[in-house]
Amino acid sequence: MKILTTVKRVTDPDMKVKIKPDQTGVVTDGVEYKMNSFDEYGVEEAIKLKEAHGGEIVVVSVGPSAATKEIRTAMAMGADRGILVETDEDLDSDAVARVLAEVIRRESPDIVVMGKQAVDSDRNQTGQILASYLDYPQATFAYSLEVADGWATVGREVDGGTATKRVKLPAIITADLRLNEPRYASLPGIMKAKRKPLETLTPSDLGVDTANKVNVLLFEAPEEREAGEIVEDIDTLIDRLKNKAKVL
Amino acid sequence: MANVLVVAEHLDGKLRKVTLPTITFASQAAALTGGEVHVLVLGNGVDAVAGEVAKYGVSKVHYANSPVFENYLAETYAPAVVKAAQAIGATVVAAPSSTTGKDLLPRVAARLDAGMVSDAIAVFDDGGIKFRRPLWAGNVLTTVEVVTPVKVVTVRTTDFEAPAEGDAASVEAFDAGVTAADNAEFVSFDQVKSERPELTDAAVVVAGGRGLKSGENFQMIMDLADTLGGAVGASRAAVDSGYAPNDWQIGQTGKVVAPDLYFAVAISGAIQHLAGMKGSKTIVAINKDADAPIFQVADFGLVGDAFEIVPALTEKLKSIV
Repeated sequence: MKILTTVKRVTDPDMKVKIKPDQTGVVTDGVEYKMNSFDEYGVEEAIKLKEAHGGEIVVVSVGPSAATKEIRTAMAMGADRGILVETDEDLDSDAVARVLAEVIRRESPDIVVMGKQAVDSDRNQTGQILASYLDYPQATFAYSLEVADGWATVGREVDGGTATKRVKLPAIITADLRLNEPRYASLPGIMKAKRKPLETLTPSDLGVDTANKVNVLLFEAPEEREAGEIVEDIDTLIDRLKNKAKVL
Repeated sequence: MANVLVVAEHLDGKLRKVTLPTITFASQAAALTGGEVHVLVLGNGVDAVAGEVAKYGVSKVHYANSPVFENYLAETYAPAVVKAAQAIGATVVAAPSSTTGKDLLPRVAARLDAGMVSDAIAVFDDGGIKFRRPLWAGNVLTTVEVVTPVKVVTVRTTDFEAPAEGDAASVEAFDAGVTAADNAEFVSFDQVKSERPELTDAAVVVAGGRGLKSGENFQMIMDLADTLGGAVGASRAAVDSGYAPNDWQIGQTGKVVAPDLYFAVAISGAIQHLAGMKGSKTIVAINKDADAPIFQVADFGLVGDAFEIVPALTEKLKSIV
């Protein structure tokens, strides 16, 4: 079974985001980067699929040259080879999906497992757009995945409960919380990852025009909350909730 | 015809509430595009839902009854939405930023060759139609423009009021011409039968952190939540420690909530967590560490031992609410 998974290099979600004074973006100097959290679930699930069914895992990133670090991390976890589609542009979800669609047409994987959204842009679009461009079925927000007889059975986190959907492979699966516990890269894994093949391409190598359909014009900080009142005791708290906040 | 199309949601034969703020968004967008608000209802036996949504100040409701639409599948709904959008000349297609909206609309956008905005919290004119949306779990707000003629938008429904009821609009059957998908099947929907409201639309949320020290101690969080008719949440630290299930997680990689009243109990207030809850209207923090960052965002803070404060607070609230 050939499994394709994707990783995005994002700012560390545990760090505070600072906006540039000219409001054209966020400050990136001195910022730590990591693999997008939801992609970690995708990579882990790809490894689990390989462990169960055998085959090969191809990990793909669309981003700057520095994203080779996240690709190597995925390879240290267990992916077999990597592809970086290198661009310094800030692409919208549609452009990323167009790039990934070309990679997938070249690679013809049996299944694609990716994070449901990136924790920086928070768009939650790429997997679905990609599925549409490839005319693949999709199963988003997966918390469980089983593959048998050319179909995937996917448990999905949906509003008000859970849903189960079956999709015929090849399909796009997007990972939600609960799907698995991503493993840490072992030291031998990290050593091995250094020798695994990593191909670098550009969008133009793939014949993809990366013009965005959505442009971000302005970045602003939301109104800061101010520290409120420290109350003495429970009775004061109840009084404030009743008479000041009027929420009781 | 620069109309706005709203994809309605329904469950058990009733309109889902999230559709209503989406209509308000659509009316604001239509005022900018100079078009009308149309609503699409897909399902099997949705005449009553179509009649219900027609009362909320829209111009027209289109509904399609088909066994194909009995259960939601992106693979069958997307082509139907695309056909309806083209038929009415929609330049904006909107749906709630629910799991269905998030699943469906990107597929619609790709087919309409349209740019898409997720989680819009505002629409306005600034030399053309612009949208505001949060990134980094609400730590940054951006203004975005969509350069394609058709714009597809999911709407963060907590940022728009529901419209008032008025005269009913006309309701028309719509032939979506969609056949069953051969590559996707609905298997089941397991509705959570809980007395508690859902985290993402509860008016009150009570969340516990690692400071509770065990899963058993979450019982007092549940007691307080139940007293106030609220939902139960947890910090990532509490989930990672195994004290609470994953789907209770509030934060950047968990759920984003914005209730009227939020209790953060024994939660220190890591950035991860703040990102998921600081949109709450009133925040109460209960923590024994007076220097915990949660107090920097709380409207009301109570410094002390949660194991004493929470049960006592619950008892007192029982006689009030």
